[in-house]
Amino acid sequence: MIRTEEMLLNVGPQHPSTHGVFRLVLKIDGEIIVEATPVIGYLHRGTEKLAENLQYTQIIPYTDRMDYISAMTNNYVICHAVETMMGIQVPERAEYLRVLAMELNRVASHLLWWGTYILDFGATSPLLYAFRERELIINLLNELSGARITFNYMRVGGVKWDAPEGWIEKVADFVPYMREQLKGYHDLVTGNEIFLNRTKGIGKYTKEDALNYSLSGPNLRCTGIKWDLRKDEPYSIYDRFDFNVVTREDGDAYSRYECRLAEIEESLKIIEQAAEQFPKDGETMAKVPKIIKVPKGEGFVRIEASRGEIGCYIASDGKKEPYRMKFRRPSFYNLQILPKLLKGENISNLIAILGAVDIVLGEVDG
Amino acid sequence: MIQDLLHSSPGLSNFVIFFLLATVFLFVILGFVTYAILAERKVLGFMQGRYGPNQVGGRWGLLQTVADVLKLLLKEDLIPKAADRPLFILAPVVAFAPAFMVVAAIPFTDRLQFADIGVGLLYYIAVSGMTTVGILVGAWASNNKYSLLGGMRAAAQMISYEIPLVMSVLGIALLAGSINLNEIVEAQEKGWFILWQPIAFIVFFIAAVAELNRVPFDLAEAENELVAGFHTEYSGFRWAMFMLAEYVYMFAMCALITVLFLGGWLPLPFLGFIPGAVWFALKFSLVVFILIWFRATFPRIRADQLMEFAWKVLLPVALANIFLTALLKEFLNIF
Repeated sequence: MIRTEEMLLNVGPQHPSTHGVFRLVLKIDGEIIVEATPVIGYLHRGTEKLAENLQYTQIIPYTDRMDYISAMTNNYVICHAVETMMGIQVPERAEYLRVLAMELNRVASHLLWWGTYILDFGATSPLLYAFRERELIINLLNELSGARITFNYMRVGGVKWDAPEGWIEKVADFVPYMREQLKGYHDLVTGNEIFLNRTKGIGKYTKEDALNYSLSGPNLRCTGIKWDLRKDEPYSIYDRFDFNVVTREDGDAYSRYECRLAEIEESLKIIEQAAEQFPKDGETMAKVPKIIKVPKGEGFVRIEASRGEIGCYIASDGKKEPYRMKFRRPSFYNLQILPKLLKGENISNLIAILGAVDIVLGEVDG
Repeated sequence: MIQDLLHSSPGLSNFVIFFLLATVFLFVILGFVTYAILAERKVLGFMQGRYGPNQVGGRWGLLQTVADVLKLLLKEDLIPKAADRPLFILAPVVAFAPAFMVVAAIPFTDRLQFADIGVGLLYYIAVSGMTTVGILVGAWASNNKYSLLGGMRAAAQMISYEIPLVMSVLGIALLAGSINLNEIVEAQEKGWFILWQPIAFIVFFIAAVAELNRVPFDLAEAENELVAGFHTEYSGFRWAMFMLAEYVYMFAMCALITVLFLGGWLPLPFLGFIPGAVWFALKFSLVVFILIWFRATFPRIRADQLMEFAWKVLLPVALANIFLTALLKEFLNIF
């Protein structure tokens, strides 16, 4: 009689495929995962606590460092929360710049996900293709904000700088180029038999599970639930654009993959329309007091970030710093379903499942 | 010359000659490995829209690998405390030695061959299987869980792919009526075996990629899952030995594919004036290029899917191919 025993395998925090400092303690039987315990907090910087001692404008750079892949949406959520509580009307030109920046950033974020996700399966080329395109976006955003990753572009009441000369044209040119490249992506990866075998039916969950675990973003829409805050609770000027909410029915890793690639196309639609409608002139900053003081009370806003719903809660006692600030960080919520998904899976599927969740550790740990 | 030496009675003088020849041969192989790695990085760079090595040794990066190897040789020799020391030291050698041994049996032209073994094909397959023992030993001796998983995968993989590999070449053995590599090449005067044995070629090529542990079958390393697989704990020149074994196998396997399916040193019709060695080099380079191309294109298959594929697809196809070949030989009567 052969005696077998379970083995404890520590995956991370320095593992190549945990996309940052994420740790998983796996109990494995051969290559089958019996139990998975995620350990997080290696990148915890206490953004929310730090925010309590900072003025609102000073908090914005900290939000860059939460979801550093998609910093523009994070910038937006805090500005949006303060503006909502103060009742500030943001000028039209600023709104357009914000939408363009956010959607470009969403495309860049999904591209990075696409590249790294395929890299997890051992294919190196897609990563470089994705980065080639992402680099163009980063350059565009760099021209806009002066930074490549941590933009710190938005301000309460508008944006820091107006777009430089010719920027809108460059953005408009980027859209058809990106569409062309997307076709190549599909040719290279989407139809690949090995890739299909590794993602179809892997990490599957139902609508109910998705709702119970409070998933959002592509992780929710891959189960067939049509829920996108840009459509369902339009903020900024999203109600002016014609785009679809992408859903898939299967709820597996492959449908999440399809969702994200299709979302790039939808984002490109928005960028195209926004670049077309972009107002010729106008202010990029509303009239905002020098020292921003949010009126006493509580407020919560949520928007659709690249990874899901990002929310910002502010409790103010009328001072120039918030009394308490809380971010609903989508990666953190999306990650919760992981132990359930991993149970009984092969260890090779671990990265397929973890990768499909699309986490950014800066956001998970806050 | 070598045949005579092999048949002469053992003595100090022919031992020295053998030793020198082996050393020369080792340097030829090392030269290949050096430039195969460079070629791989250059081709990958080209396919991925980047430059590849272009600093050390001129703009083609001709000395990049030399610099890399030097760095590896100068690195501290690290042996983990928990490792099984003797096995840990032995494993890279066990992995590398068979890789070098198999190359001796490969005929590069009708004259340039180190050992014309009567059962050359069988020799190749038998000896090359030993590398997996080295990998498994190294994985076990590392005393690392990732290594262990990688080693187990390598062992499971070997059992699964070695069988279709052998079965697919049986068709060739039937047609050529021999498993001597020279005679197999000579039998291809009537047409390369890739034309007579297309199914066997596909099965063999897939199994060969699996044997080489290359993408899409690089499960034993699987750096995205198992950190570095069986060589997680290896560094410096011990790690270099594993890598060397891998690339020497690439050399050997590509040469074997050239010999078995692409007519070895035989020229294309009407181009007989070009020497056989050049033909061999061209065909060989083509196969190497395809392997590199694979690496730039494919994601990695899952371990259990590889097993399924080997046992449920490759093996039946290879068996059917043997049957077909037998019919072909019986009724067409070409060979």
